[in-house]
Amino acid sequence: MTAQVITITSGKGGVGKTTAVANLATAIAADGKKVVCIDGDIGLRNLDVVMGLENRIVYDIVDVIEGRCKLKQAMIRDKNAVSPTDMIRICNDLRSDADFVIIDSPAGIERGFRNAIAAADRVIVVTNPEVSAVRDADRVVGILEAEEKGIPALILNRLNQALVRNNDMLSAEDVLDLLGIQLIGIVPEDESVIISSNRGAPVVSDPKSRAGQAFRNIARRIQGQDVPFMDLDQQSGLWGAIQKLAGRK
Amino acid sequence: MNFFTRKRSAENAKERLQLVLVHDRTDLTPAQLESLKDDLLIAISKYIEIDPEAVQIGLERDGRSQRLVADIPLRNVSRRHAG
Repeated sequence: MTAQVITITSGKGGVGKTTAVANLATAIAADGKKVVCIDGDIGLRNLDVVMGLENRIVYDIVDVIEGRCKLKQAMIRDKNAVSPTDMIRICNDLRSDADFVIIDSPAGIERGFRNAIAAADRVIVVTNPEVSAVRDADRVVGILEAEEKGIPALILNRLNQALVRNNDMLSAEDVLDLLGIQLIGIVPEDESVIISSNRGAPVVSDPKSRAGQAFRNIARRIQGQDVPFMDLDQQSGLWGAIQKLAGRK
Repeated sequence: MNFFTRKRSAENAKERLQLVLVHDRTDLTPAQLESLKDDLLIAISKYIEIDPEAVQIGLERDGRSQRLVADIPLRNVSRRHAG
């Protein structure tokens, strides 16, 4: 095995990076691949709770770097304990052991972000169709270009198609035009994401969730499959049927 | 677009972002761009007659690259001489 290292980043916080990492990793693993996730946010890590693994965290990345993995110790929150070289070393160690290593980058463009992109073969930027999120995504894309990491792919998360239809939300076309990068998937706004994260089970394991379907599709695209984009105008369930009858679609 | 309907908010968002991103990417504030324009006009006026009011200089986006675009109409000197 030679794992591909993928970093998920965003610039702005709260746009769904951790949700994306948890879901993509789960979906790729469900396709039979071996996936390792790294939470690149040392001070405010959350990937563990989103995946429902908080009780199983004994060591963190700092323990690995400092070779203390045999010792159960208190969490170290020194942000300077990890360097880009450390990340490259850890990822290289993992390459022979997995198909994919997915790194959850912290928000911002400081040290934690620099660490998270250091080892990446490929970067995916997550954003929401919202002014501040798109602006911060653009800054991140600019840094990735300057660092010669190539042009990242975009996940447009939490798109509300009803608002887009009303011209009250930036459309996927608008965001792609503004950022000038390629799309790898659109995830519709979906309450089931919150319900799943309450339970600590990524939404990809919910076969009925549209966000789950979107993440499963992105997971396949990451694995190199050509999956057509979802029709976001298609409403499922009773409400969709009522809207159809009422001619609102 | 009807004059009586307010612009939908998605359009506001896109227009505002277009402006913000161009300045973010070039690291040039609107004030710096203004003073660049003034300096350009002074430099050009040394050689040819222009109408400063008609000059348009701005930043435009093309995918992920930016360009400084100037439209500088010249005063028609030869015609004035002939007349």
